[in-house]
Amino acid sequence: MNKIDTPPGTGILPDFVAAAVNGSDRTFSLYVHVPFCSSRCGYCDFNTYISPDLGPGASHESYADTAIKELEFAADAMEKSGVQPKPLHSVFFGGGTPTLLPSTDLTRILKRADRLFGIDDTAEITTEANPDSLSREAVQGLADGGFNRVSMGMQSSVSHVLQVLERTHNPDNVDIAAEWIREAGLDMSLDLIFGTPGESLEDWERSLDAVLALQPDHVSAYGLIVEEGTKLAAQIRRGVYPNTDPDDQADKYLLTEERLDAAGYRWYEISNWAHDPHNEGLHQSQHNLAYWRDQDWWGIGPGAHSHMAGLRWWNAKHPAAYASRMLDNISPAIGQEIPDDDARLLEKIMLGVRLAEGLDLDVLAAQDKDAAMQARREANVLATQGLIEPAALEHGKIVPTLKGRLLDDAITRRLAGF
Amino acid sequence: MSPVASNPPQPGSTHSSVIRNFCIVAHIDHGKSTLADRMLQSTNVVTPREMQSQFLDNMDIERERGITIKSQAVRMPWQVDNEDYVLNMIDTPGHVDFAYEVSRSLAACEGAILLVDAAQGIEAQTLANLYMAMEHDLEIIPVLNKIDLPAAEPERYALEISNLIGIDPDDILKVSGKTGEGVEALLDRVVRDVPAPSGDADAPARAMIFDSIYDTYRGVITYVRMVDGKLEPRQGIRMMATGSSYELQESGIYSPDAIPSEGLGVGEVGYLITGVKDVAESKVGDTVTSKQHPAEEPIGGYREPRPMVFSGLYPMDGSDYPALREALEKLQLNDAALTYEPETSVALGFGFRVGFLGLLHLEIVRERLEREYNLDLISTAPNVIYNVTTEDGTLVRVTNPSEFPEGKITEVDEPMAMATVIVPSEFIGSVMELSQGKRGQLSGMDYLSEERVEIRYWIPLAEIVFDYFDLLKSRTKGYASLNWQRDGSQVADLVKVDILLQGDAVDAFSAITHRDRAYGYGVKMTAKLKELIPRQQFEVPIQAAIGSRIIARENIRAIRKDVLSKCYGGDISRKRKLLEKQKEGKKRMKMVGTVEVPQEAFIAALSTDTDT
Repeated sequence: MNKIDTPPGTGILPDFVAAAVNGSDRTFSLYVHVPFCSSRCGYCDFNTYISPDLGPGASHESYADTAIKELEFAADAMEKSGVQPKPLHSVFFGGGTPTLLPSTDLTRILKRADRLFGIDDTAEITTEANPDSLSREAVQGLADGGFNRVSMGMQSSVSHVLQVLERTHNPDNVDIAAEWIREAGLDMSLDLIFGTPGESLEDWERSLDAVLALQPDHVSAYGLIVEEGTKLAAQIRRGVYPNTDPDDQADKYLLTEERLDAAGYRWYEISNWAHDPHNEGLHQSQHNLAYWRDQDWWGIGPGAHSHMAGLRWWNAKHPAAYASRMLDNISPAIGQEIPDDDARLLEKIMLGVRLAEGLDLDVLAAQDKDAAMQARREANVLATQGLIEPAALEHGKIVPTLKGRLLDDAITRRLAGF
Repeated sequence: MSPVASNPPQPGSTHSSVIRNFCIVAHIDHGKSTLADRMLQSTNVVTPREMQSQFLDNMDIERERGITIKSQAVRMPWQVDNEDYVLNMIDTPGHVDFAYEVSRSLAACEGAILLVDAAQGIEAQTLANLYMAMEHDLEIIPVLNKIDLPAAEPERYALEISNLIGIDPDDILKVSGKTGEGVEALLDRVVRDVPAPSGDADAPARAMIFDSIYDTYRGVITYVRMVDGKLEPRQGIRMMATGSSYELQESGIYSPDAIPSEGLGVGEVGYLITGVKDVAESKVGDTVTSKQHPAEEPIGGYREPRPMVFSGLYPMDGSDYPALREALEKLQLNDAALTYEPETSVALGFGFRVGFLGLLHLEIVRERLEREYNLDLISTAPNVIYNVTTEDGTLVRVTNPSEFPEGKITEVDEPMAMATVIVPSEFIGSVMELSQGKRGQLSGMDYLSEERVEIRYWIPLAEIVFDYFDLLKSRTKGYASLNWQRDGSQVADLVKVDILLQGDAVDAFSAITHRDRAYGYGVKMTAKLKELIPRQQFEVPIQAAIGSRIIARENIRAIRKDVLSKCYGGDISRKRKLLEKQKEGKKRMKMVGTVEVPQEAFIAALSTDTDT
């Protein structure tokens, strides 16, 4: 891996970034991390904290100002590095629970971003939300302040499953929050988790029914990953809960695809479905697509990752450490890498084969001819094994079949030649 | 008055009447090394300050395991009644694998100290070596050691010994190697009771090799006992069995360091150096004679080293193959009993089929290869030699299951062993049950005392080599001791069981086993592999088969989910790194047909366990 010498602390981006970004059709997005929650869920390993006050610049009250400071820092760094600003293609507030902060804080950050970079007319502007952390007024405030999409962490509609996940919300709250989101004219996405210990196939079907009844515009459904260091991992190790079962997750994934597709939802990424009955490309999350299409984004907040034309960096993880760097006016970035050619190739393959639009072999060939040749040979085998779509392959695209979606990492490995 | 000799006789000119050659026969942990240390101190050969505990065992592994692997000889002066004597203490290997080496060491002596732990009594290996010493007409001096221990029961075990060798229990010396109590009396006893050597000083020289070691600086150092005549440096010598001749560069004795001498005379024990580099040139049991005036008859009892157990050794990393070959070459310089030849395995790649004297020998060699030569090895399940007669009358010698002939077989001959087990009598039932389960036939049983029994079984060597001893230990709460020796062969209904992955036999997992046991092996192995081999993109049948007949089957179901569902912005590097790690892991996979098998699966599947 190439390591670059200039620490990100100066904020100056290496020359190749400006060269690759300026005048290109690369889109520019913004991610804002809000590192607060009211309680920690047993399965969660995200960078989030329960205490409302983690120090100067890192409390519920002061966090918006710290985030704004980094926005200004970003704009300044880009200008100094000769990177021409582009209107934001998408903005995403994630966490943690962004809606633990008052809507006015979130919209204040958004307004500053608009002033510094401009926001595209068609930009998707999302915040994540916990059903319990919303109110009718808050939702309306978000809509008034420029947000057009809410992604709600529903996870499941079954109480005993929510208990294992330690989600605090009452399933009924989801219905009410969904109503408010609708009233305010916002798009709604629901986040789901399947394969939680103790969840039966029937439980999962009930959750899917509940989701469809709410008629969201978008659904994300993730198979539960038990991350090391979480409370859930310890509980499984101690035998409190059984471990997750890949076969069970496979069954639930197939059921998800079946039920969602029948209701007019189309998968466009392994774990994401958009309500798009007539296949017009509606409601796909522009922000997430930017990640998977290898576009540029600036990540604001503690632990946030950024990517600009092949340069990746990440911020100090703890909110207090992050805030203190911001208050001292030094870049919050603490690490960076420029993935080498092999790594870039692997990323390209790994991200491309997750998408319904597929991995474009021509794009791959532009990056590495030999690798593209080898991938094409392997693709022929994958097609005969029913793991990728033969019709798409004829047009130079590698698109996983339903079976292939479940074995997507294996497809990646084989295309990458190992 | 110090009993230590004041003006000891010099090597090369010591009259045989003052020489006493003896060894110590003892079980592991019965304190042989500690007692030997004490003797070195009592005779001032080693000062207390120099004393490195357990002086005679100088290899790390020996010290860790408390097992003497290579024997040595130390010359000690001792005075009795103002007469100067020379005591040569010849150290003997304590383990059954080295029975032949033991027999040569015993043949170099006129007496043997039978050393028995006063808290434990005599054990099977000691008994076997005691009988061997008696066959060689050695004067036996029974000694109870560790009398300082609170758990010692010297009277009880004295009675046991007296039953065995028919002497008055009161004549049994009681010593403590730890405190030194009784050690000087023992040395006096050696002088009085052990006969002086009886060779002919004027006959053509004959020296019996009882050990040889390889020294990086000096080449091969050969330990000999002069039986007749005298050998002197710069004279031509000849090895009677191998027929090769050398110039004797140096002779000497150990006391405890090497001291060159003007020669070695009749009855003396010492070393010879000729400058050869390979211990195979200097074989245990061979007779060294003078080139100019050779003896007519060699000393009896010579035998070629005979490996009995075979195992495939493969480097974990295929690129270590040349390093493994080099390491084996070097080890062989020091271990004439070690044999090897190149072998290839479909599953494991290039390696060697290595022959050993027994299981301990195997373990020691393997451990030395790993420790001294820094090699990571996979070893296949140990094997004995089978003689297989095919239908057309061809005789095939099988040291590896892969050599087992295909097609019709008239007869399979397997090597047998006589196993001697000594246990407290309460375990007779367990031992019999186990031994019969291992296809053993009871050949005799004797009560050593009211509480302890010696049980003898005629049993297939393959069973001993596999897990008999481990099971014996676990079923007798560790009380059983075992000794065995090769004893004929028998025709048995043996078959080769193959393990097939996806229809392809994996040679490393094939085993030769009794037909009645084939099913059990097949079920166990297929179940084990099912646990060890990760799920693949396709279903993988694992089968056990005798020829084309499937006797057991398991299935590894195809993997259905192999995808991390989440992939946020920050996850991209993380996920990529995970894939890069998988790429590394892939290098440690062996491909068997189209099935990826992790190295760990081979190791775990081949390691013998005792859960039968």
